[in-house]
Amino acid sequence: MLKRAKALFLGLMTSVISLPLSGTLGAEEATWNLNMPRGVTEVSQAAYDIHMIMMWICTVIGVLVFGFMFYVMFAHRKSRGVKAANFHENLTVEILWTIVPALILIVMAVPATTALLKVYDTENPDIDIKVTGYQWKWQYEYIGEDIKFMSELRTSQDEQYGREPKGEHYLREVTQPLVIPTNKKVRFLITGNDVIHSWWVPDFAVKRDAIPGLFTAAWAKTDQPGTYVGACTELCGKDHSRMPVVVEVKEEADYEAWLAGKKEEAVLYKSTIGKQWTNQELMAKGEAVYSVSCAGCHQSEGQGIAGIFPSLIGSSIVTGPVEGHIGILINGVAGSAMQSFADQLSEVDLAAVIHYKRNSWGNDMDDIVQPLDILNYKQSQ
Amino acid sequence: MAHGPSQNFFSRWLFSTNHKDIGTLYLWFSFAMFLLGGAFAMIIRAELFQPGMQLIQPEFFNQMTTMHGLVMVFGAIMPAFVGLANWMIPMMIGAPDMALPRMNNLSFWILPFAFAILVATLFMEGGGPNFGWTFYAPLSTTYAPDTVNYFIFGVHIMGASSIMGSINIIATVMNMRAPGMTYMKMPLFVWTWVITAFLLVAVMPVLAGAVTMMLMDINFGTSFFDAAGGGDPVLFQHVFWFFGHPEVYIIILPAFGVVSQIIPTFSRKPLFGYSSMVYATASIAFLSFIVWAHHMFTVGMPIAGELYFMYATMLIAVPTGVKVFNWVTTMYKGALTFETPMLFSIAFVILFTFGGFTGMMLSIAAADTQYHDTYFVVAHFHYVMVAGAVFSGTAAVYYWLPKWCGKMYDETMGKLQFWIAFIAFNITFMPQHFLGLAGMPRRYSDYGLQFADWNMVSSIGAFMYGGAQLLFLFNVIRTIGWGKPIDDPKVWEGAEGLEWTLPTPAPFHTFSTPPIVK
Repeated sequence: MLKRAKALFLGLMTSVISLPLSGTLGAEEATWNLNMPRGVTEVSQAAYDIHMIMMWICTVIGVLVFGFMFYVMFAHRKSRGVKAANFHENLTVEILWTIVPALILIVMAVPATTALLKVYDTENPDIDIKVTGYQWKWQYEYIGEDIKFMSELRTSQDEQYGREPKGEHYLREVTQPLVIPTNKKVRFLITGNDVIHSWWVPDFAVKRDAIPGLFTAAWAKTDQPGTYVGACTELCGKDHSRMPVVVEVKEEADYEAWLAGKKEEAVLYKSTIGKQWTNQELMAKGEAVYSVSCAGCHQSEGQGIAGIFPSLIGSSIVTGPVEGHIGILINGVAGSAMQSFADQLSEVDLAAVIHYKRNSWGNDMDDIVQPLDILNYKQSQ
Repeated sequence: MAHGPSQNFFSRWLFSTNHKDIGTLYLWFSFAMFLLGGAFAMIIRAELFQPGMQLIQPEFFNQMTTMHGLVMVFGAIMPAFVGLANWMIPMMIGAPDMALPRMNNLSFWILPFAFAILVATLFMEGGGPNFGWTFYAPLSTTYAPDTVNYFIFGVHIMGASSIMGSINIIATVMNMRAPGMTYMKMPLFVWTWVITAFLLVAVMPVLAGAVTMMLMDINFGTSFFDAAGGGDPVLFQHVFWFFGHPEVYIIILPAFGVVSQIIPTFSRKPLFGYSSMVYATASIAFLSFIVWAHHMFTVGMPIAGELYFMYATMLIAVPTGVKVFNWVTTMYKGALTFETPMLFSIAFVILFTFGGFTGMMLSIAAADTQYHDTYFVVAHFHYVMVAGAVFSGTAAVYYWLPKWCGKMYDETMGKLQFWIAFIAFNITFMPQHFLGLAGMPRRYSDYGLQFADWNMVSSIGAFMYGGAQLLFLFNVIRTIGWGKPIDDPKVWEGAEGLEWTLPTPAPFHTFSTPPIVK
C-alpha cells in the first residue's frame, strides 16, 4: 500500500511542479496540456496568478496532511506490534487547527478580492461590442458602427461524423471571427436570444453567461495580436459544443482597415437586394446558407429529427403559400426552437434559403423567391 | 423473540415494515440504479473516447449526461445512504425498529415508480430530459421536449420519498434512543444522518417549488423563468441552487458518518474529537444554506454579492478541515490494519480532501471565471461524489455486510476491487482537471483535437472503474450465498457500539427490550 501510494504521490508532485512551465502561449498546440493558459490580458493574468497561489497553498497543506497520514499508516500498523493508545481529545490542537486554517483563509481573501475587482472593472471602455448567443451561434454587433454579423461553426458535418479527415482547427473555426484592436479597452455586453449560453475566451479570462432578457458585462485589453479561441460554456442544447468563439486581435491600423472594409461590404450588399436573382444563383446560395443555418436541426436532407425537429419534405409550410414560409423564418415559432431569422440572415440569404427549401429533396414549387419579396414582407409587418 | 419474516416472497418484500428488510430493498435498488447510471456514464465516455461523433447523436448525448446525473444523485447515492440508515440507526441507538414503519414502506416503494417514469422518457417521442441534471430554464421549459412533464412528476415523487424517509429518521432518533443514549453519545453515523435529515426536510420542498414553477411555465402560461413574460431565468438558478448546494452535503454528510465509524474500528482507538466532529457537521450544514450562488459566479451578480458568496464559501474549509484532521489523528498512535472497509475509508479521506482542495480553488471567484462549467468542475465533484460518497458507501457495505448476513466476504477479492477502483478512479478523473484547465467545457458531445489525448486516458479509466463495480456485485452475491459463516457478534476486533452487541447475523427483530447505555 505504502509503496503504491508513494509512487502516486510522487507522480502527482512531478506533474504539479511541471505545471507552471506549460502555461505559455504556444501551449495551444500541445495536447498533453496540464494547466490554465496565462492569457494575454490583465484579468487573465490575475486569474492565473490567484489560481497558482491557491494551488501551491493547497499543495503545501496536502503534503503536510498526507505526509503525516502516510507516516502514521507506516509507523502505527498493528503488524509492527504496536499497541493502540486511547486518547480521544486535545482541546489545544483542536482550537489550533480551527484557527490556523481560518487565518490562512483571511490571507488568501486579499489577493482573491483584488483579482475579482479587476474582473468587474468594466467602466469607461473604448469600444462596446454586443454579443448575443443563439442556438448555436454568436452574433456580434459593434455598437455605434452599424456593423453586425453572425459567427457560426465552419467545420463540416462530414468531418464531425468521420466521413472526412478532421482538419487542424476541428470545431475551432468559424465563418467570421470577432475582430478587436490591440491596446483598446473593449467591453463585451453579453445577452442571449433563446436559452442561456456562456461566452468564454480563456486567454482573456472572459466568461459571462448570455442570458435572455439580461445583459452581463466583461472586458479585455491586450497588446498581443493573434487568434484566440474559446467556447460556449453553458449547456444550450444539441449543438452546445458546436458554437466556438473565435476572436482575432489586430493591430490598430489593421483593425481600422478591417472596419472600413466591413462598411464597404454593407454598401455593396445593399445594391444586390434590388436585383432579380436567377434560379441557379438562388439554389447555390441557398444550399450554402442551409448547411450553416438550418441543417443543424432540420438535417442535411431536410428530414428533421422525429419528435424534435420537423421534416421539411412535403411540409405544409414549405409547400404552402410563399408568404407563410417567409413569415415563419422572419417571426420564428414562439415557444419552440424555431427562432426568428430576421436579424440573423440578410434578405438575400433568406430569399435564397427559402427558394432552396421549396425546390429540394422532392419539394418542387414553381415560384421563385427574390430578396425584394423578403424586404416587402418585412416592411408590410 | 417475536415472529420472523413472512415466508411468502411477495408479502415479505412488498408489505414489509421491518427496518432491515426495507434497508435491504433500498440498498439493492440503489445498486441497480448505480449500475444503470454507470451504464449511461460508459456511453458518455465511449462517445468521448476520441473526437468526432462515432456512436450516438448529440441529442442523445445530452440525455445521457442528464440521466447519468439524475440517476446517480437521486437513484444511487441518496437511497444507498437511506438504506444504510434504515439498517443501522435502530441497531446503533438500541431501538426495535424505525419509528414510522408503514411510512418507511411507502417511502421506499414509491421510488421505483419515480425512476420508472423518469427512465421511460428515454423511449418516448422527443427523448428523455436533455437539459443537464441542473435543468436550467428556459432550456428545461420553453425549449424542452414534452417529456419534461414526466421528469417533473418523477422529481416530485423522489422528493416525497426523501421527505418521508427524513421525517422517519428524525422521529426515530428523537424518540427511540435506548435509556442512557444521550445525544452526545450517539454514534457519529447517527448524528450525521439526523443533520442530513433536517437538510432534506428543509430543501426538498424548494426543489418541488422549482419544478412546479417549471410545470406552470410549460403548461399554464406563467412566466416565472421567461424573460419575455417578465420573468427571470436567473431566478431559476437561485431557487435550484438553494436546494442544490445543501443537496451535495446531503450526499456527503452520511458518508462522513460512515468513515467516522470505520476508521476508529480499524485503528482500534476511539474517534478523536467526537464533539468537534458533531459541531463541524452542524456548521457545514448551516453553511450549506448560505453559499448557493457560488455555482453562479458567471451570471453577472453585483460585485458585493459575488464577494459575499466567495468569502462564505471559503469558510466551509474550516469545519471540513477539522473533520479531516480528526480522522487522521484518530489513526495516529492506533494499531492499524487495512481490511477492505479501511482501505476504502483511507482512500475516501485522501481523495475527498483532494476534492476539497479543488473546491477551495473554485471558491475564488476570479479564478472560477476560468474553471466554471469546464471539466475542472466535473473532476472536482467526481472526487467528492465518487471517491467521497461512493467509496464510503462501498466501505459501509463491506464493513456491515458480515453483520447483516452472518457471512464473511472474500477479503482478497475486496482488496482487488479496491485497488482497481482506486487506480481506475484516478485515471478517469485526474486528467479531467487538466482538460478543464486547458479549456474543455463540460457537457460537450464533441471536442477539438487538442483535448484528444486526456479524453482517451479518461475513458480507459472509466471502463476499468465500471468493471470494478461488477467485481463488487459478484463479491456481495457470493458472500450472501456462499460466504464463510461467522458468529462473532463483534465481527471486527476493534468494533465498538450497540450494533456489535447483537448476535451475528443480526436477528430479524432486535432490541425488543431496550439495552441500558452507561
